[in-house]
Amino acid sequence: MSIPRFWRHNKSRYNLIGTRCVKCDETYFPPRKLCPKCRRKGELEDVNLKRTGEIVTFTVIRNPSEGWGNTDPYIMAIVKLDDGPSLTTQIVDCELDGIEIGQRVTKVFRKIQEDGDSGLIHYGFKFKPLD
Amino acid sequence: MKVAVLGIGITKFGEQWESSFSNIFVEAGSKAIQDANIDGKDIEAIYVGTMSAGRFIDQEHINALIADQAGLNSIPSTRVEAACASGGLALRQSIMAIESGMHDVVVTGGVEKMTDTTMSKTTRTLVTAADQEWEAFLGMTFPGLYAMIARRHMHEFGTTREQLAMVSVKNHRNAKNNPFAQFNMEITVDDVLNSPKVADPLTLLDCSPITDGSACIVLASEEKAKEFTDSPIYVTGSGQASSTLSLHDREQITVIDSTCNASKEAYRRANITASDVQIADVHDAFTIGEILAIEGLGFVKKGEGGKATEDGVTDKGGRIPVNTSGGLKAKGHPVGATGIAQAVEIVSQLRGDAGKRQVNADIGLTHNVGGSGGTSIVHIFEK
Repeated sequence: MSIPRFWRHNKSRYNLIGTRCVKCDETYFPPRKLCPKCRRKGELEDVNLKRTGEIVTFTVIRNPSEGWGNTDPYIMAIVKLDDGPSLTTQIVDCELDGIEIGQRVTKVFRKIQEDGDSGLIHYGFKFKPLD
Repeated sequence: MKVAVLGIGITKFGEQWESSFSNIFVEAGSKAIQDANIDGKDIEAIYVGTMSAGRFIDQEHINALIADQAGLNSIPSTRVEAACASGGLALRQSIMAIESGMHDVVVTGGVEKMTDTTMSKTTRTLVTAADQEWEAFLGMTFPGLYAMIARRHMHEFGTTREQLAMVSVKNHRNAKNNPFAQFNMEITVDDVLNSPKVADPLTLLDCSPITDGSACIVLASEEKAKEFTDSPIYVTGSGQASSTLSLHDREQITVIDSTCNASKEAYRRANITASDVQIADVHDAFTIGEILAIEGLGFVKKGEGGKATEDGVTDKGGRIPVNTSGGLKAKGHPVGATGIAQAVEIVSQLRGDAGKRQVNADIGLTHNVGGSGGTSIVHIFEK
């Protein structure tokens, strides 16, 4: 992914900055420019989301896409944040068979991927099980 | 609404090392035009669906390439894209061109050449149907998305791993009787369960293959069709709906709401209900996809798709035969061609030309999905 394309999302990838509509109070992550419910009548402001949530569903990826680098299997999940919105994330710091639906998780800051041997190293959120 | 199908054509699906992208399109198109018994000068426009010629073969400007290679240089040619629903969208656009009165005879095709690149690049290209910044970039793959739906469906409704496998077993059984299908072997539930894991709980035999192929259909207005045939098959309903691009933004992970909404529109336009449909070719890119489809289209109640599959409801001899062609799983899934290939199967069935696959049906349905459900397109065909 190109540098500007990644850089413009750094804020939200590093710190779970989403958006909340001041008209309908709905919270969005990833951030949106337009509230889908209120559309032009809506007004979005940044909101720093709590870093905890629970696993809605998950899988173990055995065949990563080109460019992913490490080819070891890894867990991907949809996590519903305690503040409302859901996101797609990697789950780390646990065995491949070590999680289930409903598991409480918390955000950690990790390396996501790198653009080859000499390219940019991309960082962002992953989640790990809460004890 | 009523648009006539004059002709259909399809290539053999599979790895076609000796044929190029435009070769396979021209082959399917020539068959369809011959089947329609029309002449090149009767054709007023071309629509073509292809998901990602730009990534698979580094070629854009597909509309002009197709018109050029088909020897139809002067007529308008339009390429449309909706990921794996590109073919279905091309079909819908050509129906709208006829219904609007703009054109009387249109050739519509779908085509994809997926084996001219590496497997990992193909995997990467297929996930462009998902959100690049908030799904793919973070490590998600396309099978991974459907695997997460499958896991949740099993959790909510008690759908079993074996029931998922039965979709694949049935569709392979059907494909044995389809000379155009990529695969020609029967498999067992154990074969599916023991095949390599792709994205848990899905294994390799839950997933549709990488395929080259093309399918074409010739459409005409009801009035114009009378010049060529006394008994065409008609498209009587068309529906299209959108949903969130990302799976994580869906209200319910286990419902493809675009499928529910597209089918409602198609049923309304055809003035039928789900229970009137007698045969369907649906989007089983992954086994869970067929279960979601038969639920979303209203053939079975929500959550009962796995059980219905186990009970044989969707078998060739069942209450509603689904994917008699072999489906995406066993017939093959050249992504942009799939929506048209589904129409080719249903038209063959309604004409009574389906050979060993033949079922007795007057009303058929096709169901084509883009991405994890961001687009769904449904068409109704009648004798």
